[in-house]
Amino acid sequence: MGSALDLSRWQFGITTIYHFLFVPLTLGTVWFVAMFQTMWHFTGKEIYLKLTKFFGKLFLINFAMGVVTGIVQEFQFGMNWSEYSRFVGDVFGAPLAMEGLLAFFLESTFLGLWIFGWDRLPKKLHLATIWAAAVGTMLSAYFILAANAWMQHPVGYEIDPATGRAVLNDIGAVLFQNTAVMAFLHTMTASFMVSGAAVAAVGAWFLTKNRQVDVFRPAMKAGAVVTLIAAVGVSITGDLFSKIMVEQQPMKMAAAEALYETQEDAPFSVLTIGDVTGDTATPVIEIPGLLSWLSTGDMNATVEGINNLQAAYEAQYGPGDYVPYVPVTYWSFRLMIGVGMLAAAWALWALWRYRRGRNPQGTGPVNKAFTVATPFIVLAPLAASTFGWIFTEMGRQPWVVFGEQLTADAVSPLLTTTEVWISLIGFTLVYAILAVIEVALLLKYIKQGAPEQVVADPYEEAAKQADEDKQLYFAY
Amino acid sequence: MDLVTIWFILIAVLWIGYFVLDGFDLGVGVLMPFIGKDDLRRRVMVNTIGPVWDGNEVWLLVAGGATFAAFPLWYATMFSGFYLALFVLLIALIIRGVAFEYRGKRDSQAWRDRWDKAIFVGSAVPALLFGVAFGNVVGGSPIAPLEGTTADNASNLNYVGNFFDLLNPYALLMGVMTLTIFTTHGAIFLMLKTRGEVRAAARSAALRVGVVAAVAAVATLLWTQAFSERVSITLPMALVAAVLWLGALWMVLKGRDGWAFSLSAGTILVAVASLFVGLFPNVMLSSIDPAFNLTVTNASSQEYTLTIMTWVAVIMTPIVLAYQGWTYWVFRKRISTSMIPPQPSAGRADDRFATTK
Repeated sequence: MGSALDLSRWQFGITTIYHFLFVPLTLGTVWFVAMFQTMWHFTGKEIYLKLTKFFGKLFLINFAMGVVTGIVQEFQFGMNWSEYSRFVGDVFGAPLAMEGLLAFFLESTFLGLWIFGWDRLPKKLHLATIWAAAVGTMLSAYFILAANAWMQHPVGYEIDPATGRAVLNDIGAVLFQNTAVMAFLHTMTASFMVSGAAVAAVGAWFLTKNRQVDVFRPAMKAGAVVTLIAAVGVSITGDLFSKIMVEQQPMKMAAAEALYETQEDAPFSVLTIGDVTGDTATPVIEIPGLLSWLSTGDMNATVEGINNLQAAYEAQYGPGDYVPYVPVTYWSFRLMIGVGMLAAAWALWALWRYRRGRNPQGTGPVNKAFTVATPFIVLAPLAASTFGWIFTEMGRQPWVVFGEQLTADAVSPLLTTTEVWISLIGFTLVYAILAVIEVALLLKYIKQGAPEQVVADPYEEAAKQADEDKQLYFAY
Repeated sequence: MDLVTIWFILIAVLWIGYFVLDGFDLGVGVLMPFIGKDDLRRRVMVNTIGPVWDGNEVWLLVAGGATFAAFPLWYATMFSGFYLALFVLLIALIIRGVAFEYRGKRDSQAWRDRWDKAIFVGSAVPALLFGVAFGNVVGGSPIAPLEGTTADNASNLNYVGNFFDLLNPYALLMGVMTLTIFTTHGAIFLMLKTRGEVRAAARSAALRVGVVAAVAAVATLLWTQAFSERVSITLPMALVAAVLWLGALWMVLKGRDGWAFSLSAGTILVAVASLFVGLFPNVMLSSIDPAFNLTVTNASSQEYTLTIMTWVAVIMTPIVLAYQGWTYWVFRKRISTSMIPPQPSAGRADDRFATTK
């Protein structure tokens, strides 16, 4: 490590993983907030207003971090990866610009209206603003995932022989190819798992403390149910996604399994001891035929191995090493699945534990285990989504655009190691400080609990005080 | 008009939108330590821009994204060339954005003071750096083909200078211009959005900084004519900008806030437009050899992409303008210190009708 290329890769990895800690929480939580406010709107029940306020505040603390770290993402393509930007700009820039015009404006403007608009907008319109923001966040995810999908599986373009640059010729193919659609569905369901687990864990934490039980029981339930449904969704989309991947990026799937030799009825190894980089790995737990089934839907199908693919790629793209770093792909793939499903298991446990109005409080080992596990459970799906990204991005290596441009050729040609060291250390340091602050704030506002009293109708209350000097309903 | 010209204009529109809108957010941030004598006044200031700053900042993101899509070589060369300057800019924008949201989240004066410093630095640094960056685009910077390659393929053109080459006198002067103009623009925005002591302080700040800005702007815009492709248009535009600015200051003096704000927004519009008019058909000037200039032709995407993006921009920009405009209408009311509710973190929930245990 030490070249501008390596450092830039570390920087992109660190800043992207960090950014994506806030993103899935934002993507899912905004729907919870919107749902709670909608429930309040239609039922008039105070607890839903309390939940809207409570989770709304947590949502905003988190959203701020997602926004500011997102700017870095857009700038980095040009800053560190100018050769990439030159090569793909004609194609990749389009969804990025659309994201700004269609999504960023929508989410940021309407969120501003939602935060400050409680006493300024009619009740229905105010409700509409949070939904508009929710749609904005989702659109934003779609466009950026379509852009990423193009890097995984470039379509709808040709190479201009004069300049050597990729030129877009079918925007529909870029935006709606199966890789993009599936990446979106997989990411959204994963994000709902993260947010569902977060809402459920916060709710359950209050139940274990026997605090504000009437408010937080519905939150726990809603969160746990969403986690479970999303877990099913994430499994189905993950399965479909891996089948697409086998077709489009067989090397990534082979590297996920450390499958070196092409095999019929290929097994899926749950655990492997020792070195997975060698030509032969030593799996300890294997499920026969599962990999074949995961890859193609047929237990007996042939799955291509790394060595075969390497030979095929050398024939196609010339001499070179086309194998991703297998230990990372192998383990991140397993951790993604394993850790993610912990959250689903916990959600089932929580629903069972609090079924039909129960709220066990004893000091037995089961209660203790639940109390200890609850605050940490949100880390499970969050880690899973991180491993998912590490897997899919590392599994594409050595390519930045699969089959078209190597990561090594994408870096800015005149970037110096000093420059990247400065920015790498700078971003990491600032991000680390902000992480501590954000977590401390989230914990503080969680512990504070939901508002004890809320006015039945803040809109009406605000309308009553129409004088010039009335206090703002909300202010920073 | 051909597509690349349309996109050059659209990029100019996005930057103008960004400078007019986030320009006053940055200005308000710069003025925090000067007008915000106590926490109540600082909160008045933060709350004038609270509902809108994030939407305003998106103009920057869209300007960046649109440059990437329409002129990838411009985006690639500028962003990689201005590497450290952009790194500093990003750090500044990060701490500014977080500061707005977090400053009221803990009931501690030390906590708030720290975030207020972050708002000041996070606003002053970008206000200066945007000018420096534009100075290097408009005034030229060392751009050349990579060693062993030629300018025949514009993909070979790179910024070959270092960080300190960016800090040339012309670019720094442009930085002083944007810093002072945005600060004045922010002060005028505060006049428009507040009542009482904050408005009075903003008025005197607008006048004092506005005069410095006038000098900096006249010097910068005159110097800019040396690089302009069409002085016969850009010089009159610079004069119009100067007149609008004097008009803005006159309206500040007369206490006509709405007029003052419109005129200072108009100044920014005309001044930035004059930079783009003088630059066209180039998008980045090479200080080494005009043959190494990046132009709308050699830096652009192909027709198909530009056509699609034109449709998206033509449909979406008016919609965005409409709902952002509506936001300003919703939050049109002036704010005064008496309207600021108790600190959200002072043991109460974030709405004054509600209480927390």
